[in-house]
Amino acid sequence: MPFRRAAPSPGAFVQCANCRKTLFAAEFQANLKVCPHCGHHHRLLWDERVNLVFDEGSFTETDAELRSADPLGFPDYAEKHAQAMERTGLSDSVINGTASLQGQKVSISVSDFSFMGGSMGSVAGEKITRALERGVSERMPVIIFCASGGARMQEGLLSLMQMAKTTAAVESCRSNGIPYIAVFTDPTMAGVLASYASIADVIISEPKALIGFAGARVSKQAGVGKVPDDFQTAEFLLKSGMLDRIVERRNLRSTLASLCRMLGGHLMTEAPRG
Amino acid sequence: MAKSWKEWEKPVLELEDTIKKMKSLVDAEPDPVRRKELADRVADYERRRDAYLQTRYSRLGPWEQVLIARAEPRPYTLDYINALFNDFVELQGDRKFGADHAIVGGPALFEDQPVMVVGHQKGRTIQERTQRNFAMAKPEGYRKAIRLFEMAERFAMPVITFVDTPAADPGVESESRGISEAIAASMLAMFELTVPVLSVVIGEGGSGGAIGIAVANRVFMQEHAVYSVIPPEGCAAILWRAPEKGAQAAAALQLTSDSALRFGLVDQILPEPFGGAHRDPSEAAKTIREVLRAGLAEFGAMSPEARKAQRAARFRSMGEVLAASNS
Repeated sequence: MPFRRAAPSPGAFVQCANCRKTLFAAEFQANLKVCPHCGHHHRLLWDERVNLVFDEGSFTETDAELRSADPLGFPDYAEKHAQAMERTGLSDSVINGTASLQGQKVSISVSDFSFMGGSMGSVAGEKITRALERGVSERMPVIIFCASGGARMQEGLLSLMQMAKTTAAVESCRSNGIPYIAVFTDPTMAGVLASYASIADVIISEPKALIGFAGARVSKQAGVGKVPDDFQTAEFLLKSGMLDRIVERRNLRSTLASLCRMLGGHLMTEAPRG
Repeated sequence: MAKSWKEWEKPVLELEDTIKKMKSLVDAEPDPVRRKELADRVADYERRRDAYLQTRYSRLGPWEQVLIARAEPRPYTLDYINALFNDFVELQGDRKFGADHAIVGGPALFEDQPVMVVGHQKGRTIQERTQRNFAMAKPEGYRKAIRLFEMAERFAMPVITFVDTPAADPGVESESRGISEAIAASMLAMFELTVPVLSVVIGEGGSGGAIGIAVANRVFMQEHAVYSVIPPEGCAAILWRAPEKGAQAAAALQLTSDSALRFGLVDQILPEPFGGAHRDPSEAAKTIREVLRAGLAEFGAMSPEARKAQRAARFRSMGEVLAASNS
């Protein structure tokens, strides 16, 4: 791993964001940031996600050189973006790479919500597209972990076009027999949900993740009335037939490995391409 | 911040009222000299009206463009379908859940060539607006569009879409029936097509709801249409928690046709009759007819594979990224 965070000090405590119970930080970390009392899945940073799912030391970052421009000169965007880089140590909201999953090579893309709400501008759209294209060119399954508030408003129409661009890359996977699995994590919203995320071969979600087309403020403005208690949760989507499975974090690695082995089985046996 | 396009058209409407009254005087005037005088005055008033419209509409701000793009007398999809196509047969079913009148579509003849037309449709009366849900399509609308795109592919018919929606429907029903999946699947279906696909943004190009049917080989945008990642009021609500700052957000979002062209996101701006398409719908339709004819000829001459590849490449190139030198 190129990047690893310091372990919490043994005496430290954290509080569950859902049930508010006090937890030992080390125990919380060891439990993959899932609350042992209520089962709440707290958000993971990108590298925690990679460490959780993929074979140890197998991750190699790609496309790290891509940097955001400020094509519209949008008010405060340059400052906000610089602050996010400073605070997170990331260059944008999506990290790409290759890794192995129980020995099978995969192309991956991980969104990190801590970077400007995981929003998709030109860089995120380009990275998602390249992760899918890498699957096609190197004949390996693609796994994308979604965590995003949607398209990045600060890049205007360029961000909207990333929805079409990433969709074109999914089309390429489909017509070339490359399996693509999307993992919805909290939250997966709007422009991301309405493009590459929703057309994966298999869609799985973490429990209780917020998933929806319109954000709360937009719905409020549009005058959307009373909503069901579980509205826009993973459980609501599962019930509506929009998800294939809800998978607990501790089972994520084994579920993804099984799916890649089966859907990508033909890739393991085919002759290498030039 | 103006609330309606009528605010700056008020002097025009008043002038036109005067012109109309004077014209009836001209007709009633028996004395030829006096009649000539009056007619000259009418011509002068008309010149002044045109001059006002020309200058006013050549310097519309972004927010004013939003208002004109939303103006009720602006021609809608069915107006253009009536003006440009023959034998349009509307097909309404999505064959899955229900009929959605926010999107209309069906086969039609364009200059004797069978094509498949799909577009968002707004309403003019209160009843029609409700029936068409203000052109905010639900999953059924996009699934109907997908069905029509697939049929067009089977019968080798070019696809023409008209884009005019504030946004896709954000309600509970739409969420539970997968509005996000429907939009994504519609874009995917358009990328799969090997027939020519042309899109025209005629009013509001409202975010995901718009791009859902705008994955084309060539995208045209009328001069006073807008195309945006989010409605300006929504942007203001999220960024500044102040939906009333829509004008400010409209400026920041650069949602006008000249910006879309500058960033290479649309291919051509279609000039409107001055004073906007609603002042002369047949002239506006004529401009659209010409680019459709040229587009169908150009892409009709390509191989099916080349058409599909061109469409993917068109969108592949979109976005502005820099590359860091040392990473």
